[in-house]
Amino acid sequence: MRRILCLASVLGCCIAADAGLAQTAVRGGIVHTAAGEPIRDAVVVIEDGRISEVGPASEIAIPDGFRTLSAEVVTPGLIDARCTIGLSGYLNQPHDQDQMEQSEPVQPELRAIDAYNPHEHLVAWARSYGVTTIHTGHAPRSLISGQTAVLKLRGGTVSEAVVKPLAMIAATLGEGARESGKKSPGTRAKMASLLRAELVKAREYIAKRASDDEKRPEQSLRLDALAKVIESEVPLLVTAQRAQDILTALRIRDEFQIPMVLDGAAEAYEVVDRIRDAGVQVILHPTMMRSRGETENLSFETAATLYAAGIRTAIQGGYEPYVPKSRLVLFEAGVAAAHGLGFENALRSITIDAARILGVDGRVGSIEVGKDGDLALFDGDPFEYTSHCVGVVIDGVVVSEATR
Amino acid sequence: MLRLPPAIALAAALAGAQDVPQAFIGARVIPIAGPEIENGTVVIHDGKIVAVGESSETATPDSAERHDVAGKVIMPGFVDTHSHAGNVEGGDGSGPMHPDARALDSINVRDARLQKAQAGGITTANIMPGSGHLLSGQTLYVKHRDGKTIDDLLIRCADGSLAYGVKMANGTNSRRDPPFPGTRAKSAALVRERFVRAAEYRDRVARAEGDPEKLPPRDLGLETLVEILEGKRVVHFHTHRHDDIVTVLRLAEEFGFRVVLQHVSDGWLVADQIAASPHVLGASLILIDSPGGKIEAKDNRLETARILDAAGVLTGFHSDDSITDSRLFNRMAALGVRAGMPRERALYGLTMAGAQMLEMEDRIGSLEPGKDADLIVLSGDPLSVYTQVLQTWVDGSKVFDRSNPKDRLYAEGGFGASHDQGAILHGIAKGEHE
Repeated sequence: MRRILCLASVLGCCIAADAGLAQTAVRGGIVHTAAGEPIRDAVVVIEDGRISEVGPASEIAIPDGFRTLSAEVVTPGLIDARCTIGLSGYLNQPHDQDQMEQSEPVQPELRAIDAYNPHEHLVAWARSYGVTTIHTGHAPRSLISGQTAVLKLRGGTVSEAVVKPLAMIAATLGEGARESGKKSPGTRAKMASLLRAELVKAREYIAKRASDDEKRPEQSLRLDALAKVIESEVPLLVTAQRAQDILTALRIRDEFQIPMVLDGAAEAYEVVDRIRDAGVQVILHPTMMRSRGETENLSFETAATLYAAGIRTAIQGGYEPYVPKSRLVLFEAGVAAAHGLGFENALRSITIDAARILGVDGRVGSIEVGKDGDLALFDGDPFEYTSHCVGVVIDGVVVSEATR
Repeated sequence: MLRLPPAIALAAALAGAQDVPQAFIGARVIPIAGPEIENGTVVIHDGKIVAVGESSETATPDSAERHDVAGKVIMPGFVDTHSHAGNVEGGDGSGPMHPDARALDSINVRDARLQKAQAGGITTANIMPGSGHLLSGQTLYVKHRDGKTIDDLLIRCADGSLAYGVKMANGTNSRRDPPFPGTRAKSAALVRERFVRAAEYRDRVARAEGDPEKLPPRDLGLETLVEILEGKRVVHFHTHRHDDIVTVLRLAEEFGFRVVLQHVSDGWLVADQIAASPHVLGASLILIDSPGGKIEAKDNRLETARILDAAGVLTGFHSDDSITDSRLFNRMAALGVRAGMPRERALYGLTMAGAQMLEMEDRIGSLEPGKDADLIVLSGDPLSVYTQVLQTWVDGSKVFDRSNPKDRLYAEGGFGASHDQGAILHGIAKGEHE
């Protein structure tokens, strides 16, 4: 907890330092706020890094001295609800791959903030397509691969970028968790058993930790991390693609009464009622993820199905082991929009709904007074293949003016 | 330039073709061969295109089955110059060059990716093995007809021979432990060595003048290489880095072979050199969502399509299926337009450019009377994310219809939509490029 406070205070300093630069206004032909109906010919004013006014241009005077940008279409800064950007470098060589430590199947103590490289090429790449906030960290490639964090795509150090240093703990059920050779877990039943055993240990650790000095256990970084899940401070992010793995995740959630977010969920449409009844939120696989192996049954329409069922859903850029090294949520949401989801919900899936799932909707995800000044500017429908992102603003600072 | 003569229509090709003329009336027609027609009609019969023109000026035979496609778009089926659908395989790990290995002998026609290609509006594809070898084998040009065996998909030339090319690669994918090369210079040396042998073989065959006593023992691999030397067989060369691209041009110059550059990630750095080579039929691009994923693709950029086209290089696209999804093939051209490629050139790149690279421009790639009836009906503009492929027709037969629930499953995905695909993403599991 001390670490969290320390990072938060550093972040606070940064905003203060930028305050003089962050007096910005953006005028849009149409502004999609993700907080109500879109506003035509609108202005967004950002003062000291935060949105101070939103409304029709006819009603808002842009203060003198404010840097003013304009674009056909303005949206909230986009959020990638689950990726490995900053950990899985674009060269895909051993020296730049920090998303997966393979020495053990269970390592919840591994922190995303100790691995994130804000200068990695794909950070600026995603940002230039309108992404301003990411939920990044350890990849879905072992039973418990490590921690995730929520970060802004700005700043030269992780402390400048961090929003939530510990967002979730990443677990995987299914092929990603299967160890090769004689290593464990080698089967689905063993995965569930090992995961349950870890949670049992964490529960016992919490109980013993509260006891008197003599019985108090040695500090365990691993169990400290899992204890946060047991104590409902941090959700377990469970990657499960097959319907059977999704149900295993829900079964474990019920047993331990822990907060859980489903990740991937390629066959979610097979168990929609179960997910909805459990009240679990879904960070859905990239729409264009390859449909092979355990994702062979994925559908372009799953996001639409989940929204129709009332399940809060975000679309992710995900983790890619090969080409392309990172997918862009702008494109992934666009294909979902065209396959039943529609424009408004597709935009929500990479803005406000993503923010709510990540628990950062107090700061980002919509264009509302008091929220961080994070905007993406486009020269047309953001989801059209042939439109361009023409500007990106984070905390009121113009961080990209490239035409992408 | 050698061109394949018009094909003999296969019985298999016509098995499902309509005896009744089909007239598509009222669509916005993008013929590629000429300007777009706002209210157009296309008539097909016996597997061929019979008429294309303004609806007001195009006669529809009385016997024709009429399709009201007002508000829709019709254009030629897409040509994918580089796909791995069908879990195609070429040579094995026994060596770096396998000119004797045929894609023909390895394709699983029950692989759902073939149906997905139909759902994406792809009507012709070059299915290739590789690229983990310097020469991974013979490719296979196929029509995406409905087929139960590979024979149903084949494309034959006038002399009855099969239409196909040869897949080669340089750069990092073909660098492995011996007997594979470990460096770029060794890669080029091994290729040169084999082509020198092929030239000798060719000369010995020529000197024998048909005398069985003097003919060298038949060598299936060298026969293929001789076809390359003689310009009968196009090389599809996987190449990414600028210096590797230039190495391809150097080899093509030395041995006189004709080449389609595949991937060409750094093509934007050497566009003029590519344009100046008389040996290059064209460049086929894969445009990816972010650079990297492998070190050679670190400078892959959407602008390459515009830059190569502007330099005068025939520029097309490929899916590299499964690297990108055949169902979203139109996206490739749209991303090219996003980065400045003119719209008509991008649409050409999806169709005629591929036809030219497969040397089938007399048969496919545009809507013109006499050409194969390979066309797609779209719900809207081919460059829009919101557009769906509604129907795909190959050789006059409808092979995909979005209103059919089974076809729709392939188009959208869902339970059972990927039957018979390998459990492991071929190549990626081994860290190789498809």
